[in-house]
Parts: sequence; structure tokens; C-alpha cells
Amino acid sequence: MIEIQGLRKQFGDNVVLRDVSMQVAKGQVVALVGPSGSGKSTLLRCINLLTIPDAGSIRVGEHAFSFQGTATRLPGDRVLARFRANTGMVFQHFNLFPHMSALQNVMEGMVTVLHTPRKEARERALQLLAKVGLVDKADAQPQQLSGGQKQRVAIARALAMQPQVMLFDEATSALDPELVGEVLAVIQSLARDGMTMVIVTHEIAFAREVADVLVFMRDGVVVESGPAKDVIDHPQQAATQAFLARFHDQS
Amino acid sequence: MYQWNFEFLWEYRSLFATGLLYTLGYTVMCIALGLLFGLIAGMGQLARFGVVRWPMKGYVELFRSTPVLVQIIWFYYALPVLLGIEMSPAMAAVLALSLYGGAFYSEIIRGGIISIDVGQTEAARALGMTRFQIMRRVVLPQALRRMTPPLLNQSIMQLKNTSLVSIVALPDLVYQAQAVVHETYRPLETYTLIALMYLAVLLPATSLIKRLERRADT
Repeated sequence: MIEIQGLRKQFGDNVVLRDVSMQVAKGQVVALVGPSGSGKSTLLRCINLLTIPDAGSIRVGEHAFSFQGTATRLPGDRVLARFRANTGMVFQHFNLFPHMSALQNVMEGMVTVLHTPRKEARERALQLLAKVGLVDKADAQPQQLSGGQKQRVAIARALAMQPQVMLFDEATSALDPELVGEVLAVIQSLARDGMTMVIVTHEIAFAREVADVLVFMRDGVVVESGPAKDVIDHPQQAATQAFLARFHDQS
Repeated sequence: MYQWNFEFLWEYRSLFATGLLYTLGYTVMCIALGLLFGLIAGMGQLARFGVVRWPMKGYVELFRSTPVLVQIIWFYYALPVLLGIEMSPAMAAVLALSLYGGAFYSEIIRGGIISIDVGQTEAARALGMTRFQIMRRVVLPQALRRMTPPLLNQSIMQLKNTSLVSIVALPDLVYQAQAVVHETYRPLETYTLIALMYLAVLLPATSLIKRLERRADT
């Protein structure tokens, strides 16, 4: 489903990704784990080209792009937009549209991008809100919702595009501890439905339970990857062992 | 001790009425044109290409940093000579006032747009919206709410600035007042009256702004 080859990205002198390759099969859940500044969020944002890589190639479904430094002619606005419509993304800070109700947030992509008729979009949006347990909050404004509720609306908004892949960028990092569970439960139910997902997370226990594959990154390279349980329980590399030590101490 | 006497003003009521109509008419034109210039210059300053950005910045700085009275006079006397065209006083005055207002409007519009959190644009991009759709559906609706009070404030300034068009002999409220003073030698009552007329028009506008500002906060 996703194929990434030789991805490189630097911001100024700061090299964030050096030659990263990764594959995600259809229906697979991949957890991207690593210390902050390891490049995991940048890698995630390259998958839907919110960040344009300097070099390397990316394929999502049947869409493929390759980049060769400044020589690359960037894809046009419309091409990028159509490509991004195939992936759903959930952000750390929710980024709900504050001038729209929960329902309108979920409908927005369908109506504006997919040109779904309003009535149909509304029905589908209500179904999705029911799926994330918020059908009774359909008419609420984002500022009336708790963090966990906002994030669940944001997940419904992304799902409304019927994406081939869902990308989660530290979806629970901005939440109060008692609200993390409700969001993780929704992500877990998506995994059960067979959704292909790439999840940047600090929740190691959750990654162990839900992810098929764990990719550990540090300093812009993939240090170690493999079946999530194996990597977490028996990390091979020193960097991975050091990073997971705190998690193992707690459990 | 000065003897105030307002009664004679009633005789000139039709003059004041036409003066007020002209003032309001010029205001409407200068606000509409000014908003158009402001929108173009405000968006232009956010353009990706320097070719668009720099001329817009130049325009804004030029008109913000010169007095509008000088601009009106310059547009009436100098511009026709420079371009070899005829320019009516009304055209010169409306153009100068609109460009002047537009420079200020553009700063409000630009500021309103860049005040919207970058996360909003990212979320819209992630949904697959094009630049134009993001502007129309996500950024502008939010920015407009923040921009409305300052835009209205600037529009009040626009109305007051139309009092300067009398310099090129346009029959606005101030010009009519001057005419009345010439005949009656009673400037105190005359200017008091037109000050009250400006006040009567603008007081409702300022209270509307206060209400909108309270709403924009929530």
C-alpha cells in the first residue's frame, strides 16, 4: 500500500531524514516510535506530502512521486490535493475548523473535495460520528468539546474521505491522561476493521497491542523495525534498548 | 459674549441635505473601491512571487506614509499632467481616497489572514483541498470575523476623510457649510451643526463595532 524509498529531508542545515525506506502492506498497522527529533513526524508528513521531501520516492496506492533535490518539478496544487484526499491525517492539536459544528467538520471534505451531495454527506457524517461515539455531539461547536471528543471528531473527519491510509501524528500527546483511552479505543477499532494505518506515538503499550510492525527511528534513520511485540520485548539495537528501558522499568 | 443663534440654519436645510447625501455617496464609493484595492493588495502581499508582492508593498507604504489631503490635490492637479488625461474633481478625489483607504484595508486583511493558525491550513490540505478552496472555506471565514471590527473602524475614517474632498470643490457637507458661512458669516453655528450631523451618522456605526468586537472575542 505504501512504499517509501531513500527518503531524504533537511530543513536548512538540519538533516531530519537520511535515506529512509519503509513499506506498509494493505491492512497493516505500523507504529513509528522514537525520541523527539528523530524524524518520525516528518516521515509521516512526507507520506501525504504535507512536507515535500528533498529526495527519494513515495508511493501510496497507485499514486507515486519521486523527488531529486532542487531539480524536481513539484507536482501542481491540484495533483497534490487529489493525492492528499487518498490519505486521512489526524493531528496532535486536532485542528478542527472552529467556525463549523462537529457535523460540518466531518462533512466538509466530502462536500468540498469529493462533491458528495449534502444530504448524502450528512448521513455519512452522522454514521461516522456514531462510530466514534459522538452522534449526540453532532451540532456542538468544537470549543464545546473536550480534547478527547475533538480528536474523535477529527478522526471521523479524516475517515469521511474514505482514505486508503490513515496517518496519526501523536494523536494523543496533547490530551489529558484520562482522555487518552477513548481516542486509543477508536484507533484500535479501526485496526480491527482492517484500516491501513501509520501511527506516530509515544504510547508504547498501545503500539505493542495494536501495531503489526514497529519502526524505531533515531536521528533521521530507521534503527530497527519488525513485528511490534518482538521489537518491544526484545530490542536488538542499543539505541532501541535505551529508548525502551523506561517503558520496561514501568511495566 | 457671543450670542448663539441656530434658527437661520433652517433656511439652508436643502443645502445641508444635499451635502450629507454627497458625503454618504462618496463614502460608499470610497469604501467599496477601497475594500477592492485592499483585498487585492492584502492578498498580493501574501503571494508566493516577489513580482506580485513587492509592487503591493510599495503601494501600501506610499499611500500610508503621505497625507491624504496631499494625495487628493496631487491626483487632481499633477496626475492629469503626468498621464495627459482629463480627470474630474470627483474622479480624482474618489480615486485618491480609495487608494488611501485601500492601503489601510490591505494591512487589516493581510493581518487577519496570517493570524489564522497554520494547523487550519494543514488540516484542510490533508483533506485534499486546493489552495483556493482552503482560502474560501477555511481561512477567509475565520479571518473575516476577526477583520470585521477593524475594517469597520477604517470605514469610519473613510467617511470622515471625505470631508477633505471640498478642497477640489466637491459639494459635500463641509463644502456646503463653507458656502453657508460665506453668506451668513456665522461659522460657529454652521460647523457645530455639521459636526453633529457627522456624529449622528457615525454613533450607530461605532456602537455596532463595539458589539461585533465583543462577539469576535468569543
